[in-house]
Amino acid sequence: MSNEWPLWEIFIRGQHGMSHRHVGSLHAPDAEMAVKNARDVYTRRNEGVSIWVVEARHITATTPGDKGPLFEPSESKVYRHPTFYDIPDEVGHM
Amino acid sequence: MTDVSQDALFEFLLRMGDNTLILGHRVSEWCGHAPILEEDIALANTALDLLGQTQLWLGYAAEVQGEGKTADDLAFLRDVWDFRNLLLVELPNGDFARTIMRQFLFDAFNSVVLGHLQTSGDENIRAIAEKASKEAAYHVERSADTVVGLGDGTRESHDRMQGALDFLWPYVGEMFASDDNDRALAEAGIAPDPAGLRDEYNALIKRVITKGTLTMPDSDFAHKGGRTGSMHTEHLGHILCEMQWLQRAYPGCKW
Repeated sequence: MSNEWPLWEIFIRGQHGMSHRHVGSLHAPDAEMAVKNARDVYTRRNEGVSIWVVEARHITATTPGDKGPLFEPSESKVYRHPTFYDIPDEVGHM
Repeated sequence: MTDVSQDALFEFLLRMGDNTLILGHRVSEWCGHAPILEEDIALANTALDLLGQTQLWLGYAAEVQGEGKTADDLAFLRDVWDFRNLLLVELPNGDFARTIMRQFLFDAFNSVVLGHLQTSGDENIRAIAEKASKEAAYHVERSADTVVGLGDGTRESHDRMQGALDFLWPYVGEMFASDDNDRALAEAGIAPDPAGLRDEYNALIKRVITKGTLTMPDSDFAHKGGRTGSMHTEHLGHILCEMQWLQRAYPGCKW
């Protein structure tokens, strides 16, 4: 058994209406302490209104080697971008 | 509600402010030395919170004293016999277990007292208590969790936590050792009589200590002399040496 505490990824919502954003990671023995540590490490300067913690091992990530099949096919498909439409001025900012 | 003398009020404010000043200084000694980075930051945050509360308590104390002094004057230019903190908070940090247990025993006391002070008849005290109690609520939650985690942890962490509790227990009784000053403030509706807070305090800490698989000591013996200033431990002088030397060596120095 490892003596290291597990690694937790920390997500903080800066203000109401915004999404949680990944801000970094830290070590903690359990989820409750991870929230407390996140509060002390990442919200000291009033950065957040909500904290999510997730143990890093529960995150499934893509590997850099899969870059080709995963992402490159979309590079050549410009028609997927909605840039061929004229947006009337009255619509304003979208 | 009766009027209370400025001297009695001043004494009370020193007792509040000196507790947070001395404990804040003690906890800050861990900065850069805690066993793990996250704890290091958390302890430093706690120390800063305590110093923030000190500024409020001693700031008001200086105002009540009416000699044109500031919170800094009270913190840096008084000698040992003028300090009114509990003996508990001036004790050396010891190992991490003792630091955490001392923190929990104080946080629990601070949160109980601040809860009652939010209905104080003195509006300045009420305002300070309202602000400080949010910090105190977080402090006690954090230190309680750590007491449980280490108490109900490995054999070694359990034994160290029990050792810390047994060592610190004789310093808990002083929190509730009321004197005439406390009774005068209680009668005036300014602060609760500490003697009346013991049951609430015991209920809070017993819950945590039991959950941490630790055993409450059954002795009632209590070291006293800190909150009355009649006899501090030898440790307070050493803290003041370190904390005050700059103002003593370079009077009035600012940066």
